[in-house]
Amino acid sequence: MTAIELTGVSRWYGNVVAVNDITMSIGPGVTGLLGPNGAGKSTILHMIAGFLAPSKGELTVEGTATWQNPEIYRKLGLVPERDSVYAFLTGEEFVRATAKLHKMPNVETAVRNAIDMTDMAEAQDRKISTYSKGMRQRIKVAAALVHDPEILLLDEPFNGMDPRQRLHMMDLLDRLGAEGRVILFSSHILEEVEKLSGTIQVMVAGRLAASGDFRAIRRLMTSRPHVFHVRTSDDRALAAALVGRPYTTAVEFTDKNGLQVRTDDFGKFCAQIAVLTREGGITLRELLPTDESLESVFGYLVASQPSSQGN
Amino acid sequence: MLFNPVVAQLTLRATLGRRRAILFALPAVILIALTLILRASHPGNGTNWPDHVLGDFGFSVLLPFTALVIGTGVLGAEIDDGSAIHLLATPIHRRTIIVTKFAVAAALTMVFAAVPELIAGLLAPGSRGLGFALFIGALAGAVIYSAVFVMASVLTTRAIMIGLLYVLVWEALLANVVGGARILSIAHYSLGIANAIHPDANLQAGLTLSTSVILGIVATVGAIIIATRSLSAFALKGDPT
Repeated sequence: MTAIELTGVSRWYGNVVAVNDITMSIGPGVTGLLGPNGAGKSTILHMIAGFLAPSKGELTVEGTATWQNPEIYRKLGLVPERDSVYAFLTGEEFVRATAKLHKMPNVETAVRNAIDMTDMAEAQDRKISTYSKGMRQRIKVAAALVHDPEILLLDEPFNGMDPRQRLHMMDLLDRLGAEGRVILFSSHILEEVEKLSGTIQVMVAGRLAASGDFRAIRRLMTSRPHVFHVRTSDDRALAAALVGRPYTTAVEFTDKNGLQVRTDDFGKFCAQIAVLTREGGITLRELLPTDESLESVFGYLVASQPSSQGN
Repeated sequence: MLFNPVVAQLTLRATLGRRRAILFALPAVILIALTLILRASHPGNGTNWPDHVLGDFGFSVLLPFTALVIGTGVLGAEIDDGSAIHLLATPIHRRTIIVTKFAVAAALTMVFAAVPELIAGLLAPGSRGLGFALFIGALAGAVIYSAVFVMASVLTTRAIMIGLLYVLVWEALLANVVGGARILSIAHYSLGIANAIHPDANLQAGLTLSTSVILGIVATVGAIIIATRSLSAFALKGDPT
């Protein structure tokens, strides 16, 4: 069953296109919305949550349009990125108020479940103004879960969390996904998405760069052309050895000492560079990947569209 | 249902908990303190200072500024700091949110502006009739101002500045010089009501009771409708590249 459906959705602000012609379907389980800052992830989440109207295209949650439709919040929970909550309330009061606003039949049970689920029982009686960023994030999740929604949207949920809180949150989202809920979260950190989601949607510059099973997209990311800076005791000898190898696509002497080597097979290059230097009696002094930024990884995915579509 | 007690409770705690609660409590204290000082220094029924204190300060300064701070704060502050999203991501109807916020703003303005006006009227010598009339006028003013200022806070993030311009330029300046400007002056709607209860030339009321009541109702209902529509279209900014 598909819970969230976007068909040709675009959103622009004046002349700036924030989201460009996105078509995606999101079903039960955990889905990561991955992309660098400014890729349009928040815009997508806000549109799904009914807090932004698509400029073009169709967006539905369980068959219903979300824009100007408060009824959608009976089955949808939202954890916004912004840290602002009612800081003058205690954590428990905040979750209780949210349960009452949702008109839960049994407020007490709903509050207890949500607080226990997010491991906030110990801090529930403290004012939110005294909470750390990670605790604020968890109490927001508790409030978003208090009405037991089928769909949970989280905008950068791991921001500000320490490693222990991060693991706890990942475990919670994993459990919620396994229960059959639709969990969609955004992140700009590859490792977060890798640990948590089976399915990812990669966004770059407002476009959907890749979509589908995480492992397939991860393979695509690692098999892209890589550039390394190599410095050795004999750069010319190593350059001659590398030129004859099928995985080497270019070798260039740099202005500083060293070589810039381009390869289309990350794994083979990394395995063979050690062998080549040992066989040639060359001392390897430095081996640095030069284009490992997330932007360059995403940029490659965009350039390889549409063949990069994983599903 | 048009009124939600949870929204009202949250709004009350948010408004009274902020430091600026002092900002709107202070003028009320000043009004009463000023009345007490003048009563001690200028006793007797022949004095005309109560008209100036109750009318010029209590009605023309205390009421609109208290209404401005409270009315723009009950929802505007939550929109500005982003906490409004927790309220809006619930199935509560937008109309209920606006009406509840408006009701809280009007009630607080009555407490911090209209009630002090009544207390000052009772304390001032020979001004019970005027004080009571201005109290009723201030109650009406609290309702109309609150609706308009809540609407302004939903429409713009510069609601306080626009409200200040309205009170200082339109109401205090233009409406007293250009007769036609009174048609769009909440202060004159309130004065029209007060003057009908206790006619007083010093109040300089420019509108009749019926005109004041009708225009006041139109302004209040219109502001609530516009605010509801605007809140229904409340949008979060994304991350445009």
